[in-house]
Amino acid sequence: MPEPWEPRIVAFFCNWCTYTAADLAGVSRMKYAPNTRVVRVMCSGRMDPQFVYDAFARGADGVLIGGCHPGDCHYIEGNYKALRRFRMIRRVLREMGIEEARCRLEWISAAEGEKVRRVVNEMVEEVRRLGPLDLPGRAAEWDEEVSAHA
Amino acid sequence: MPEKPKIAFYWCASCGGCEESAVDLAEGILGLLDAVEFVLWPVAMDFKKKDVESLADGSITATFLNGAIRTSEHEEMARLLRRKSRILIAYGSCAHQGGIPGLANQFSREEILRGVYDDSPSTNNAEGVRPRSDHREGGFRVTLPDLHNVVRSLDQLVPVDYSLPGCPPTPKLLGEAVRALLAGTLPPRGSVLAPDVALCESCPRKDSKPTDLSYQEFRRPHRVALDPATCFLAQGIVCMGPATRGGCEAPCIGGNMPCTGCFGPTSRARDQGAKALSAIASSVEPTDDAAIDRVLDGIPDPIGTFYRYGLARSILRRKAGLPVDPREAR
Repeated sequence: MPEPWEPRIVAFFCNWCTYTAADLAGVSRMKYAPNTRVVRVMCSGRMDPQFVYDAFARGADGVLIGGCHPGDCHYIEGNYKALRRFRMIRRVLREMGIEEARCRLEWISAAEGEKVRRVVNEMVEEVRRLGPLDLPGRAAEWDEEVSAHA
Repeated sequence: MPEKPKIAFYWCASCGGCEESAVDLAEGILGLLDAVEFVLWPVAMDFKKKDVESLADGSITATFLNGAIRTSEHEEMARLLRRKSRILIAYGSCAHQGGIPGLANQFSREEILRGVYDDSPSTNNAEGVRPRSDHREGGFRVTLPDLHNVVRSLDQLVPVDYSLPGCPPTPKLLGEAVRALLAGTLPPRGSVLAPDVALCESCPRKDSKPTDLSYQEFRRPHRVALDPATCFLAQGIVCMGPATRGGCEAPCIGGNMPCTGCFGPTSRARDQGAKALSAIASSVEPTDDAAIDRVLDGIPDPIGTFYRYGLARSILRRKAGLPVDPREAR
């Protein structure tokens, strides 16, 4: 029997705040959903929209971006750049049939281990409600019309 | 006398502009006709599919194929020409990136057929006629190619050796490609036969591009008088130059219109739209959600703006959740 589906969420956390907060959640032994794969980036401003699209195209059901609170960016304004890109990325995702709730941006400071726990749990439940996105499976289905004749 | 190199020029889902670009070689085309032997060029010469089929595999030196792949006929011809050719060149934006036809990947096959055969204002189709791949009437059988669910670039169907970008490619780049082909000096396989730097580098307005851009609003080219000498981005006009490969000689900029991105990304980017979005959205001035959204409302069609030529070959390729119609039974 195949294993039941579990949401897969790729999380991009900034080195200075959110990743440190996730560390804090860990050393504080907080329990939260094990559905995220965390990738550390130096700044939420490093988030290339290609990372988001790639995560979805390779099978993520959700993408979570975590950065420092406004005004607190280690690089002064990287998080504002992340926010502006995120607002546009969500428009693109909507146009491409990917529900907005599958992509989320949160400001989580190094002291907010508890917020990591809450945000991850919330997002896992939201994505669970939406169900699998499965872009790789969909792409394979799209390509049956040509692979049959290769 | 040694045999001349055999060349094929073919079109799939295209508008004819790429064919026009070959004619734009002007008198240069006469030298080309002396140097090579055409074995297929439907728009200009009377060769048939069976003429190509009768050639040995790999006997065509190079095929220039333009247009996207979106029907079973395109698919069949692309596979045939791949087999017969030593070098296959994706010619023009549609073969290279999916091009304008790639925007159809926002819609299902049924939505497209309904739009074209039922809903468009100029359509008068009371009987509800739709194209069918196999039709019998009065003892006769008539067949048509199938419309695919998904529009593809050429390299999403068969291996491609080179791409020559542009909508259409310039006669200069075509001339250089043909000379390199005949001289045996083509770059490594997989190359795009155009410079690998962003258009901004060769833009005649480069000097007026500010180091830091900041948008309080986006303006649309048809609604404002455009300054003929200042960087479009500095004027609040979305220009794809920063995310688009150069080599086009900037005819749009010269015509006082912003770049729309037909040359595709440079080799450092896989998704042209993502890079354009990244460069442009990050320079919006406000810092809170609502005010950012108001500025971004000035780009009402982000897919058509950032992926005008590149949706089919973008990372996401096609709108998720669209159905896939099964192939019609034959």
